Amino acid sequence: MATPTNAPALRRKARHERLRTLGFLSPWLVGFTVFFGYPLIATVYFSFMHYNQIEAPTFVGLRNWRYVLAQMPLFGPALWNTLWLVVVMVALRVVFGLGIGLLVTRIKSGVGFFRTAFYLPYLAPPVAATVAFVFLLNPGTGPVNDILGHLGVDAPNWFNDPAWAKPSLVLLSLWGIGDLMVIFMAALLDVPRDQYEAAELDGAGPFHKFRYVTWPSITPIVMFAVVTGVVQTMQYYTQALVAGKLASGVSVGPGTVIQPGYPDHATLTVPQLVYSLGFQNFNTGAACVLSLVLFAIAMAVTMLLMRRRAGLLSAED
Amino acid sequence: MTATTALSAPPAPVRPAAGRSPAPAARRRAVLHWIAVHTVAVAAALFFVLPFVFVFLTSVMSDEQAMSGTLWPTEWNWSNYAEVFHTPGFLDWWRNSLMYAGLGTLFTVCSSVPVAYALARFRFRGRRTAMLLVISTMMLPPQVVVIPMYLVWAQQFHLSGSLWPLIIPMAFGDAYSIFLLRQFLLTIPREYLESAKVDGCGDVRTLLRIVVPMAKPGIAAVALFQFFYCWNDYFGPQIYAAQNPGAWTLSYGLESFKSAHSVNWNLTMAATLLVMAPVIIVFFFAQKAFVEGVTLTGVKG
Repeated sequence: MATPTNAPALRRKARHERLRTLGFLSPWLVGFTVFFGYPLIATVYFSFMHYNQIEAPTFVGLRNWRYVLAQMPLFGPALWNTLWLVVVMVALRVVFGLGIGLLVTRIKSGVGFFRTAFYLPYLAPPVAATVAFVFLLNPGTGPVNDILGHLGVDAPNWFNDPAWAKPSLVLLSLWGIGDLMVIFMAALLDVPRDQYEAAELDGAGPFHKFRYVTWPSITPIVMFAVVTGVVQTMQYYTQALVAGKLASGVSVGPGTVIQPGYPDHATLTVPQLVYSLGFQNFNTGAACVLSLVLFAIAMAVTMLLMRRRAGLLSAED
Repeated sequence: MTATTALSAPPAPVRPAAGRSPAPAARRRAVLHWIAVHTVAVAAALFFVLPFVFVFLTSVMSDEQAMSGTLWPTEWNWSNYAEVFHTPGFLDWWRNSLMYAGLGTLFTVCSSVPVAYALARFRFRGRRTAMLLVISTMMLPPQVVVIPMYLVWAQQFHLSGSLWPLIIPMAFGDAYSIFLLRQFLLTIPREYLESAKVDGCGDVRTLLRIVVPMAKPGIAAVALFQFFYCWNDYFGPQIYAAQNPGAWTLSYGLESFKSAHSVNWNLTMAATLLVMAPVIIVFFFAQKAFVEGVTLTGVKG
């Protein structure tokens, strides 16, 4: 039984600890409320409003939702492109990243040079990398088609061809594989070496060693790469927008309004459509509906990640 | 290659004991394996390096040659770089990028360290929920909340046309930085903090005197990530700074640079390299911290 004289002291200590916790957390508590909680609620509010950012908003019920989900002609292409990129880009990035990771762990000479060479493109700012690739792949004067022409290959029009624009973006994303390479490299080096030796004694070839030793040990990292890749690709914006704008050759400056997605909506992603609706067409309601659709998909993916990474939250002591 | 050894070197392969050469067949297989691996490695290196090479070669070509589609410059026009710097606005973009990235990084680190420390080391009700919310914010596409945020900054504070709507929120913690720092702080043994308490250190003093010095590698990684994030950010400046060219950053301005010099790929490529250069230079100086950070995101925890 606690001595009665101790009770107020204990209570004081508990209150002190609560205040201390609140104090340390306060920057984020304010930030979360003001920059996340408020705008999320406001987005829901505006999704039921007609609001052109000049006159006062008026309530229109589900009209924005019906418009975006059933009538807006660009919703289909934008959703299709985003899903296409989520599937193709993430899959190829994981396979390529794992391949480069495996390659690096096998290099015996000049490993420092190769690692740096493979990693550097990841650091290139997305806009700069995109400008570079639009130049490299441009059908007129680009070095890639120049070389392909000399080799007798019938070169595609890359960013200027609706069928090739998304594959060109995938190529750009494979160039910046450095982050996945490092993660996979670390995971591959963590595979216990004695397991390989044991497998070798059992007469396992390289394929069996990968399938039965490497793969089970790196599956969590592959999962992690897939889910973060999906989350990132849902937000895919800068490269698609810049590539489309530059390849279209239309000069941009302040005041010019260009509908994104050149060529033929092939590079239009959901985030670009949010921007276009909200900041070019001033259709705040429709833009907010689309934001919420994006939010719902992103949350679903996050839930999946949380389930897989439940250990992450309880990692403490 | 001292600069690159930091990318965690794999354990040295086990060599057969000296003086006892392995069987010729195994030896030949090893040589063939070496050749195969290094041929693939060289091919891959070409894929990663050649874009930089072509961009550089084009950046020093004359205007006429840049339009001709040749690969090797006939004359080396280093003056292209000077011309890029003399483009109206280019120096302002540099200044704005440095301000955005510098202040943004400073604010983020100062506001995120105490939050991460509390999430890693304090016991309180709702800690798990708080962590869940941090991770959810991290996963959220920035486009989801941008419209109401823009309306507040533009209509209530009249700050559109500047970078402040991007910098100010960073003084209130950044989810990704909080998450990374927390992961790092979990690795600091509790005993250090307890002994500090026994010595009469308050919480704030423990944080500043013990935790921050021990967490330097983690803080360095987070600072680098945030610096790169701000430097590379295109969406933020497009929302808030687009209408005022005086507030553009390099990442945002580069695109309009291309439009203004639509036929001069040489100048555009010079500008592109000048936008890439700072992050690559920073990387070479801080490679260890950076790779540690990348690994921290995926592997630990």
